[in-house]
Amino acid sequence: MNLEFTAEERVFRDEVRAFLREHLPADIRDKVLDGREASRDDYLGWQRRLYEHGWAGVNWPKQFGGTGWNAVQQYIFEEESAEAGAPRLIPFGLKMVAPVLMAFGTPAQQRRFLPSILSSEAWWCQGYSEPGAGSDLASLRTRAVREGDHFIVNGQKTWNTLGHFADWMFCLVRTDPQAKQQSGISFLLIDMKSPGVSVRPIALLDGGAREVNDIFLENVRVPVENLVGDENRGWTYAKFLLGHERTTIAGIGTTKRELARLKRTAGQERHDGRALLDDPLFAARVARIEIDLMALEITNLRVLSTEGASRAPGPEASILKIKGTELQQAISELMMHAAGTYALPLRLEAMDAGWQSDPGLPPVGPRYAATATAAYLNQRKLSIFGGTNEIQKNIVAKMMGL
Amino acid sequence: MDFEFSDEQRQLREVVEGFAAKEYGFDHLRAVKRSGAGWDPAVWRGLADLGVAALNVPVSLGGLGYGPAETLALMDGCGPSLLLEPIITSAVVATELLRRYEGSAAAAQLLRGMASGDRIAALAHFEPGSRFETSWVETRATSAGEEFRLDGHKAVVAHAGLADVIIASGRTAGEAGDGEGLSLFLVPRDTPGVKLTEYLTVDGQRAADVHFEGARVPRGNRLGGEGDALPAIEAALDLGLAALCAEAVSIMQALVRATVEYLNTRQQFGQPIGRFQALQHRVADMTVHLEQARSMSYLAAMRCNSPTVAERRRALSAAKVVISEAARFVGQQSVQLHGGMGMTDELKVSHWFKRLTAIEILFGDGDFHLQRYAALTAAASTV
Repeated sequence: MNLEFTAEERVFRDEVRAFLREHLPADIRDKVLDGREASRDDYLGWQRRLYEHGWAGVNWPKQFGGTGWNAVQQYIFEEESAEAGAPRLIPFGLKMVAPVLMAFGTPAQQRRFLPSILSSEAWWCQGYSEPGAGSDLASLRTRAVREGDHFIVNGQKTWNTLGHFADWMFCLVRTDPQAKQQSGISFLLIDMKSPGVSVRPIALLDGGAREVNDIFLENVRVPVENLVGDENRGWTYAKFLLGHERTTIAGIGTTKRELARLKRTAGQERHDGRALLDDPLFAARVARIEIDLMALEITNLRVLSTEGASRAPGPEASILKIKGTELQQAISELMMHAAGTYALPLRLEAMDAGWQSDPGLPPVGPRYAATATAAYLNQRKLSIFGGTNEIQKNIVAKMMGL
Repeated sequence: MDFEFSDEQRQLREVVEGFAAKEYGFDHLRAVKRSGAGWDPAVWRGLADLGVAALNVPVSLGGLGYGPAETLALMDGCGPSLLLEPIITSAVVATELLRRYEGSAAAAQLLRGMASGDRIAALAHFEPGSRFETSWVETRATSAGEEFRLDGHKAVVAHAGLADVIIASGRTAGEAGDGEGLSLFLVPRDTPGVKLTEYLTVDGQRAADVHFEGARVPRGNRLGGEGDALPAIEAALDLGLAALCAEAVSIMQALVRATVEYLNTRQQFGQPIGRFQALQHRVADMTVHLEQARSMSYLAAMRCNSPTVAERRRALSAAKVVISEAARFVGQQSVQLHGGMGMTDELKVSHWFKRLTAIEILFGDGDFHLQRYAALTAAASTV
């Protein structure tokens, strides 16, 4: 029984920290630490720096140009990066479609797609959810009909994240409407420049920068060489992909970073003649979150320590998702309350990259207040995406024998 | 990073679990609870033969010289059996306390007797006015020639009635709430002027309020120097807290299992009630609490040996916050999901629930430790 990283793991952690100190640009870091949204160029700039350093393929094996890191190293890298204020890696290419291509793609597909994913030259997005297929993803209806060397795809995808930046989309489509739900689905790679693909933004409650889209597919011609794996076996690949991020799903590093920001904020905010952080009730609320985070970090490390061991997967990943998102939401909620009345003015531009308060005029409220409410609203998504927390509870109950 | 028991620890856990399953089935537990004595000396002897009493005693005094990790393994193994014997009271808290005074001849002699299971000791520290505050001791210890004289009132001292020796904290200086001025005294239970009001606690264990009315002990029965006992008391209570956390987790695990089994068996509306999502989600919530609590029980055990006292106390308080809340939730919901059956004495569920209720309160409830954690955190950030 030992909760500490090994000596080698600590050396690796120091190496990651040193790298972050040296290579994470200060402007990007400050943006992230401030709770402002990173821009497309911020994301790409950071990913390209990682690529130049050979660290873009965090969870990639060496044979494909990845780091070859084990689960513990990946965890250390992700959590240290998040805590230090690095933008998250846009997961759709590097972490989602790439592992599927490595496992199920043809050598030709691997040669064609993997290098540009690794170098972040190609931006990928995900075409899974549909208006009628959310939690019940297998009921998806987007049709792909084989016509010679092409599939003709018709349908609508939704909740597509950052697809307006994307060059490619990996997409679940129905190729056999007669088969039982899960068995008639295929995994297609769609060039976003194809005729018939249109992207329409969805306005969200936070009023912030564009985040999610509807994607309409009208008679889109997709060459058959863009089918991954076998026709009608796409569900298997989709499930493989969903099971792929269990070690970092809890978002420990991000939550630590946000908790530190909350404490900084509550240290500046005055209440009853003293710092809000010194108010016993507020301090207790913060302490409660900090303690839960401490527990979740150990739970996460416990999951990590079983990676690679030949155990049947337990309910752990779902527990990490439920508890991790609850904590992040709780922090965003306290953050908003910390801002007091200045949580109310709508400063949408504050969420945008590079925001400065109006030159020449005193700012409306403290800087942290400008993003607090929008972030609170936006973070409600955490318990909805990636399998709602209710779906996660179904999974836990099943794993527990119900 | 390693969350597995060593082979030795695993073996200890399995041996104790096997012994408890054999000697302390549910019927036996109920019988012992109903008996006047409230414990089973034969079982205590059996546990001692397995090394339980010697676990934390130094090797030089006939013990096994183990520590927090083995204590965790022990409690994990015996927790669900709800043994009423003074494992945490004597083999963990009192032993850990005395171990810090092994230079004292009286302490060393007592520890030898405790290692073999022949002697039992109980710490009498908290008082009616202290709630959970460790420095709040009003009991006076006054020097009287070659003796100390004790006057005061100790609250809810676990297993006091079956202890051979009561380890009493008393003020040799200062006022209640002062960190300095506390000393420890070995007081044989049959000392004149020691009066016990014995009772059962909610979990079926025996406890007593202990009154010292001019009780006299020889000078040699004072442990260590004068007035410096609080750090040792807190360290011993923290190991006890870690043991309680491990016990709570093992009981919660048993409750979750029992509840799942019940939900799969009990039929209503023509189907097992475990098919209902409202109940499934409750089990999922219980599982999240259980796993978070398990993580903190590991942290609690590992931080007992922290190089800094503040780090140890902060971690132990954090653990108790999580475990108190988890114990309450899992205990209450286990009763709830068992419906009327959860209310009965006939199912072990209610017995587990009552032990968890006691654990929630023992050594400081969740609110107390949340405040202690917040205070320690604030102190750490201003240094």
